[in-house]
Parts: sequence; C-alpha cells; structure tokens
Amino acid sequence: MATAAEEEANRPFAGLSDVSISEDIPVEGDISVPVGPSARRDDEFSTLDEPVKETVLRDLRAVGKKFVHVLYPKRSTALLRDWDLWGPLLLCVTLALLLQGGAADSDYQGGPQFAEVFVIVWFGSIIITINSKLLGGTISFFQSLCVLGYCILPLTVAMAVCRIVLVAGSGSVSFAVRLVVVTASFGWSTFASTAFLADSQPANRKALVVYPVFLFYFVIGWMVLTFSPSQ
Amino acid sequence: MSAGSGNKNTEPWGSFDDNLIQGSGSAVIDMENMDDTSGSSFEDMGELHQRMKEEEEVTEEAAATEDHEDGEFLGMKGLKGQLGRQVADEVWQAGKRQASRAFNLYANIDILRPYFDVEPVQVRSRLMESMIPVRMINFPQKIAGELYGPLMLVFTLVAILLHGMKTSDTIIREGTLMGTAIGTCFGYWLGVSSFIYFLAYLVNAQITMLQMLSLLGYGLFGHCVVLLVSYNIHFHFLFYVLWLLCGGLSTLRMVAALLSRTVGQTPRLLLCGTLSVLHMLFLLYLHFAYHKIVEGLLDSLEGPNMVPMQRVARDVPELTINATVRSLVPLLRAH
Repeated sequence: MATAAEEEANRPFAGLSDVSISEDIPVEGDISVPVGPSARRDDEFSTLDEPVKETVLRDLRAVGKKFVHVLYPKRSTALLRDWDLWGPLLLCVTLALLLQGGAADSDYQGGPQFAEVFVIVWFGSIIITINSKLLGGTISFFQSLCVLGYCILPLTVAMAVCRIVLVAGSGSVSFAVRLVVVTASFGWSTFASTAFLADSQPANRKALVVYPVFLFYFVIGWMVLTFSPSQ
Repeated sequence: MSAGSGNKNTEPWGSFDDNLIQGSGSAVIDMENMDDTSGSSFEDMGELHQRMKEEEEVTEEAAATEDHEDGEFLGMKGLKGQLGRQVADEVWQAGKRQASRAFNLYANIDILRPYFDVEPVQVRSRLMESMIPVRMINFPQKIAGELYGPLMLVFTLVAILLHGMKTSDTIIREGTLMGTAIGTCFGYWLGVSSFIYFLAYLVNAQITMLQMLSLLGYGLFGHCVVLLVSYNIHFHFLFYVLWLLCGGLSTLRMVAALLSRTVGQTPRLLLCGTLSVLHMLFLLYLHFAYHKIVEGLLDSLEGPNMVPMQRVARDVPELTINATVRSLVPLLRAH
C-alpha cells in the first residue's frame, strides 16, 4: 500500500524521468510551433493584408447599419458607441451634389454652391456640438458630429425626391408636394437626432440643446425646399 | 577605505549616510546595521564600485563622442551618444510642451461654460423682457450676463436673413449668401457691442463687455420678429409700423439699461444716441438691402385678383410708352 501510494505520488512526475538533457543528444524538432491564441489575435487586428474589397465592404456595412438606426430612431447607443464620420461625409457630398445647379442667370449665385453646403453642415454641426458641451453634455465631440451628420439622411432623401418631382413640373402642386416632403423629413431628422442626443443632457436643459438642432435642420431643409433647377 | 567619495557629513550629529553606505574609515562590518534594508556594507561597496565604473564608462563615451565630433557631427554613434540623447530629450520636451499648450487651448472652452449656465425658463423670460423697457434709471439695472440667448438669436437672425434673401433673389456679387448673412449678423453683434463698450469705457459707464454683448444680443429679438413678419407679408406700411414699435421698444429697453449705468448728461446722450441710431438703422438696412420687393414679379404672379392699392406700373416698355403717349395726347390736344 505504501509503495502504491508512493507510486501514485511519483506518477505526476513520472514523465520527467524520461527527460534527459545531455550534451551529446542534439535537440530535435520543429521550434516554429504556432503559439496558439496570440497569433490569431494578431491576425484579427492587423487588417493591412486583407483585400481592399473586404475593407470597403466592412466600412459600408457599418455605415449601412447606422443608416438603419437613423431611419428607425429609438434610444440606442449603437450610433454613439462606434461612431464614424464616413456616413456624414457621404451624405454631405450627396446633398451638395444634388443641390448643385440651382436656378440662376449667372452660375455663381442662386443655388447654394458645393462649398456652401459643406461649410453649413460641418460648421453647423461643430457649433451645435460645442453648444451642447458647454451646456453640460456628456457626449464626446466626434460622437455628436457623427449623430448630427447621420441624421441628415432624411433630408438627403427628401432632396432626391424633390429633384424627381421637379422633373415632372414646377407648379404649385409640385411646391405643395415638396413642402410636405421636406417638412416631414425635417421633423424626422430633428426627432432622430434628439433621440440620440437627448440622453446626454440634464433633463431640464433638453430644450436648450434641441433648439440649435432645429435651426440647423431648418436651414438645410430651407435650402432643399427652395431649390429650383436651372432652365 | 572610504571609496574615494567625499565626506558628506553635514549634520553635527553625523548624517545617516556615513557608516551605512560609504563605510568610511573602517574595514570592520558594522553588525548593528546588518538588518538594514540597504544590505551589507560589502554590497554597498560593490554598488559604489559599479557606480564608479559606470561613470567612467560614460565619461569614456563622452570623450569618444567628442573625439568623433571633430570628424563628423553625429557620426555613427550619433543617436546613441550623449549628444543624440540630449537632442532626443529636447525634441520630446518641445513636443510635450506643444501638446499641453494645445490641450489648454482646447480646454479653454470651459472658460465660456458659466455663461451658458441657463434654464429654458430664464431664456424665455429674458426674451420677453427684452421688449419691455424698465423706467428705473436712477439705479443700475440688472443685466444678465449670459451668452446662450444672444448666440441663438444671432443664428436665428442669420436663418431669417437667408430666408429673406432667397425669396427676393438677392444678387450677391462677391461671396455667398450664407457668408454674407453670417458676416452681417455676427459683425453687427460683435462690432457694435465692442464699439458701445469702448464708448462706455470712455465715458466711464458701469457696464462690462459681457453685459453689453448680452444686452445687444437680446435686443436682436425685436429685429428677428420684425424681419420674420415683413419678409413674408410684403406691406411697406406694416414694416414701418413694426419698425417703430418693436425696434423702438427693444431700443428703449437697451437705452434705459445704459442710462441707469451712466452719469452725466453728455455721456448719456452720446452713448444712448449712438446705440439707438445704430440699432434702428440696422433694422432698416436688413429690410431694404436683403429683401428687394420685386413688385413686377408679384404682379405677374397674382394676376387680376390683386387689391387695387397694390397695383404698380409694370415694367413692360411698350405698355408704359403706350400708356404715357395715350395720356399725353389728350393733354397736348387740350392745350
């Protein structure tokens, strides 16, 4: 019994007795064994070697997901957690291109120029962000830019619809249709952005933050509504 | 056996350094200090030797780099030598200094934070009060020092101006619609505030720059209301009435606030006269410069359903000539 116990005690170390490190037995074998999980982690973070198509598709998928969040706004933190500025840039460029070629006798006034739309969107967003931070908001600078940029989506859609309607004609019926569409999308934009931004403010100051957002989307909506194509 | 380092005994009672580290003057191990965490004096001696050796190495290296410096400036040992280390250090310090300066600049936004500390009710009440002049001028009136209301009012004015410019097809030669609107509104708010503050400083009125900005900002509420109405309802007469009423009320409010803080007849006249003239003229300017009432266009749009009072001669050349010829001919015939 004692020997059995001793053997048991020795068994964990039984394998060690086989190991003999002597100088005349050379070490053999493959040293380059993959070290398991750490190598895989490296591959996951290093996206430098993946094909460009994958990178673009991944970013587009992220942008698309956020578009869906804007179209069905509910109090979620997904837009805030992984913010990105690709979506706002895409929307801003699309809106500026659609607003290009406004009615004018000369070609440098009348419709808002490309640069004007850019300046309005980005500087407006920056000012609203600074305002909300000064009022004691907990949202970060780029998160707020991201939210405001993404919520231009309804207005861009309205611009596309307006352009299509204007192809049909530019009478008072089309004006009424455009007015309804732009008002609806302006309300949608404001509502969507407040759904994301409102949580970051103290309860009694929400109106103070919502008003500049309202003004911002109002100006953009006004630019969309008063757009008339050149003859 | 004192290992060459000088006697650092500065205290009259004998500093701690002596026997523990340097072991000066005795080859005997001091058993008293064996439980000291600094280790035995042998180890300390060893440490001392090591330190001395390192110093020698460093001086050798410095000498070596100095020798090399005659040949090439940085040479092979450039980055590793002492000179390289100094340069790297300096670059790091400069970078750190710049980063902290930039951060402080960014964090300076917090300087404005107390001026945005308002509640919506306060803003609403201040908007209403900006149209109600207070008649107490013997006692300094209270002027709220906040920037949220004025800033939002300036932006609202910009939006209204844009609306007005759009509906009247204003032709902007140099620059854009947006730029002109923002430049005008902000320029007025900041420029006239600074100017009046400067005058107030000259005549020793009791008002701060923040209060002036706030006062003038809230005074723009009247302008916003008047322009919003007059850009949509194209009645000249209505505009003049509103100009006198709303513009006048907000000007009176500002003037009363300034009067209460100024002493002396001439300073009061100067300050309040300047402010009222500038404020009223600005409203006039905004209406006429950015909103051409294109009356011919209105005529052609509205057709025969117009109110007779609003009818204006059309700019169609043949019709006008014909009408004048027709009206002149009987006159000529009569003579």
